[in-house]
Amino acid sequence: MLSPDELRMIDYLHGGFPLTERPYADVGAALGMDEAAVIATLERLLARGDLTRFGPLFQIERAGGLFVLAALSAPQDRFEQVTALVNALPEVAHNYRREHALNMWFVIGTESVQEAADVIDRIEASTGLKVHAFPKEREFFVELRLPLAADDCTEGSGHAVVGV
Amino acid sequence: MPLSEFDRLLITATQGGLPLVPQPYAEIAAHLGVSSERVRERLGQMVDEGLIRRIGAVPNHYRLGFTANGMSVWDVDDAQVDRLGEQIGALPGVSHCYRRPRHPGVWNYNLFAMLHGRNRAQVEAQAEQLRDLLGAACRGHEILYSTAILKKTGLRLAKPGGTAPAES
Repeated sequence: MLSPDELRMIDYLHGGFPLTERPYADVGAALGMDEAAVIATLERLLARGDLTRFGPLFQIERAGGLFVLAALSAPQDRFEQVTALVNALPEVAHNYRREHALNMWFVIGTESVQEAADVIDRIEASTGLKVHAFPKEREFFVELRLPLAADDCTEGSGHAVVGV
Repeated sequence: MPLSEFDRLLITATQGGLPLVPQPYAEIAAHLGVSSERVRERLGQMVDEGLIRRIGAVPNHYRLGFTANGMSVWDVDDAQVDRLGEQIGALPGVSHCYRRPRHPGVWNYNLFAMLHGRNRAQVEAQAEQLRDLLGAACRGHEILYSTAILKKTGLRLAKPGGTAPAES
């Protein structure tokens, strides 16, 4: 369970991390903590898996790249093997198991459309399974800050971003 | 605009996360053989240009209590999907909303909206709101709940002139 201080820090560090020489000290000054405590808290949150990452989130689309959502149907008795084959590719940024006939949904991040197609070809070749690509045709909204501290989604003081 | 060599170096140096040391930008700069000022200045420009969406913490939403995460998918009239998508994206509780292609015979859904709750009842209630909003333009929908995060590393560009990086 996260402490109130940890929740506060996660909320504060949603974005806008300072581009200063001593950014952790600056964050600490804003939160009433010292620099070492900020660093130690982040280390702990990352080590426990409460945070999956801390740093810049790149939008590779702005440099001609793309993220492509893709899905496949992995047979139950091969699910772990297929997971390992898909996850082994560094271009696979996220991968989720979902309750559906298409039970594995992953996001491929590459610098070009061709590279994304190549990754899909490689996954189909290594798994022997058909991969369905769902490139985004239009984006309506991205990133929500969910209330962290409250029992209900509609209340609360803290927020966190969830990612797909 | 393709990435410059320096941008690529900067991305590969930071895509796994910022160093947890008092002077993180100076540490990155030392690795890249440039000044800390250059690193900080370029990262700031990347934020301004939108190449960096934000610099901060990426929480594991399961660990924060949001254990019900549903990808809701909707078969919406093509003539109305863009107008309705804008409205869906503005609803509280919808974190990502995209129009995506159908795959005839396999997949009829063209609108994707991610819903998050502390339990499935919260997600179902949100889906009800979406259904009401879509009305007769919607011919069917499903909610695909995630049951495991199999991987969540984010973008991993290959290092300049090198092979694809190993997963950490």
